[in-house]
Amino acid sequence: MAETTTIEFSASTKALVERILKRYPEGRQKSALLPLLHLAQAEFGGWLSAPTMDYVASILNIKPIEVYEVASFYSMFNLNPVGKCLIEVCRTGPCMLRGANDIIEHIEHKLGIKEGETTPDGKFTLKTVECLGSCGTAPMLQCGADYYENLTNEKVDQLIAKWNTINDHSTYMRSNRVEL
Amino acid sequence: MARKLLLQHENVPGINTFEVYRKNGGYASVEKALKSMTPDEVMEEVKKSGLRGRGGAGFPAGMKWSFLDRKSEKPRYLVCNADESEPGTFKDRYLMEKIPHLLIEGMITSSYSLGANTSYIYVRGEYMYVIRILEKAIEEAYAAGFLGKNILGTNYSLDLFVQPGAGAYICGEETALLESLEGKRGNPRLKPPFPAIAGLYASPTVVNNVETIAAVVPIVNQGGDEYAKIGIGKSTGTKLISASGHINKPGVYEIELGLPVEEFIYSEEYCGGIWKGRKMKAVVAGGSSVPILPTDLILKTAKGEQRLMTYESLSDGGFVSGTMLGSGGFIVLDETACIVQHLHTFARFYHHESCGQCSPCREGTGWMEKVIHRIEHGHGHQGDIDLLVDVAKKIEGNTICPLGDAAAWPVASAIRHFREEFEYHIKYPEKVKNPKHFELEPFVSEKSLVTA
Repeated sequence: MAETTTIEFSASTKALVERILKRYPEGRQKSALLPLLHLAQAEFGGWLSAPTMDYVASILNIKPIEVYEVASFYSMFNLNPVGKCLIEVCRTGPCMLRGANDIIEHIEHKLGIKEGETTPDGKFTLKTVECLGSCGTAPMLQCGADYYENLTNEKVDQLIAKWNTINDHSTYMRSNRVEL
Repeated sequence: MARKLLLQHENVPGINTFEVYRKNGGYASVEKALKSMTPDEVMEEVKKSGLRGRGGAGFPAGMKWSFLDRKSEKPRYLVCNADESEPGTFKDRYLMEKIPHLLIEGMITSSYSLGANTSYIYVRGEYMYVIRILEKAIEEAYAAGFLGKNILGTNYSLDLFVQPGAGAYICGEETALLESLEGKRGNPRLKPPFPAIAGLYASPTVVNNVETIAAVVPIVNQGGDEYAKIGIGKSTGTKLISASGHINKPGVYEIELGLPVEEFIYSEEYCGGIWKGRKMKAVVAGGSSVPILPTDLILKTAKGEQRLMTYESLSDGGFVSGTMLGSGGFIVLDETACIVQHLHTFARFYHHESCGQCSPCREGTGWMEKVIHRIEHGHGHQGDIDLLVDVAKKIEGNTICPLGDAAAWPVASAIRHFREEFEYHIKYPEKVKNPKHFELEPFVSEKSLVTA
């Protein structure tokens, strides 16, 4: 996102924000911080820049530091730019027992990057994450809102081929759109 | 076939919709409670049922409800803990995804009993697609008059909202969850005051797990006494078990409490035995936090009695030879699994998830991860095993919330029951350099070779 661009939610997101704010009692609108950060991350490029967080602070009428300290606490919020397609592979005990390490190695090899890195074309970021609650269908990964389970190397190849055609942050946006 | 109270309709097509759920007897507990029972009568049934918190702690749910400060002028809240994050646990996700209306029905009936007019379901952020399922179901319930103002023409009104988390295991701890719901970092609060007195927005609050709230539905429908007939002793009713690891049939199973552990592992109705025709080495019976047990101790207690799937039987022998039912996250390890490697993933997990508020946990989890990492990769030092025991001991009991204990127990128990495997890693560093070392050559106890 170029620095000159004004950060402002779209009209439809603004309407959604209004509805979210009504979920909490008068004076407790800070409760909307996590839902709003999800929306902001989805709408402004898959990560939370300082201007993005300042914008969220202004909506909730709280100090920017109250947003920074929260954004940095939760692992789903990216404080640095990520690829258009963020692949998150679970590697905790039950997934490890069913071959998560092999899947991670396979993806690293396939994309030519290591865990935590982004491909030079900015398409893929590979992250490892801790338990996503999908132990019965391990190994698994998450991309956007979607869970991909019972993975094999072949399945991973098919997914990456599919995601290769994506040219925006749409997976991410779809995932974090809290509808009501 | 075992009785099912929560998942009996799991395979009915369209059960995730209001229409089909209602046709299959759904929302009967709301009608019964709101039209023919007082809030206290609902709570009495929950007390009689003996239902214990299904999130892991196993605290009697009716008693927790009774602590709620009903004299306060402030509004009361029911908050559902759907921040399911304990490694090995995925039952709540299954329930919410398959039968979302069961949770919503439980929320309405329970909120009525507690006198809450606004309730929240706090769902871990990674379950974003589940959040969409729940929001759709809530919309349907509003449209059908089961949520909103004057439900079913009574004086009772309830608004129900879903709140997303954002990836923090600690928010499964109830006071951290409330902090998070208030838009803050998930740092657990010092107790007292307990949430029942000062919880969400400093108001009286009950926080219950998804499965606990869902169980209120059959309890109100059939009565607490009827529910309490299932199970053994203080382990009443049914329990959802998340089965994972080296078994033939991983998945979510609803069992009647009291089922023998052996039957659960080997019967075709449940786990279907160990995969690839291998032997079982160990089980983590109740989610990553509970002590790991070797095969002989998970099937039978130290006294030689058959081990049952109940709170009491699994904890028989204390931490010396027992474990806990916990959240019901049942992880099975076969003979090729490396206990140290498995433990390393848990140690890394707790280090990653420590909120950083208390020094013993913030520092200790990091040290445990580092030391286990070097043992696992063949760089262990003499004395490392005792060092781990020492660090674990210094975390346990010295933190605001139970995350510290949860991080310490797996380490202490793995060393207690599998010390020889740790020693092997230090003694033969070359043999463990390959991460698949025990797959290539299963670990054999040198002691058993000598005695055989």
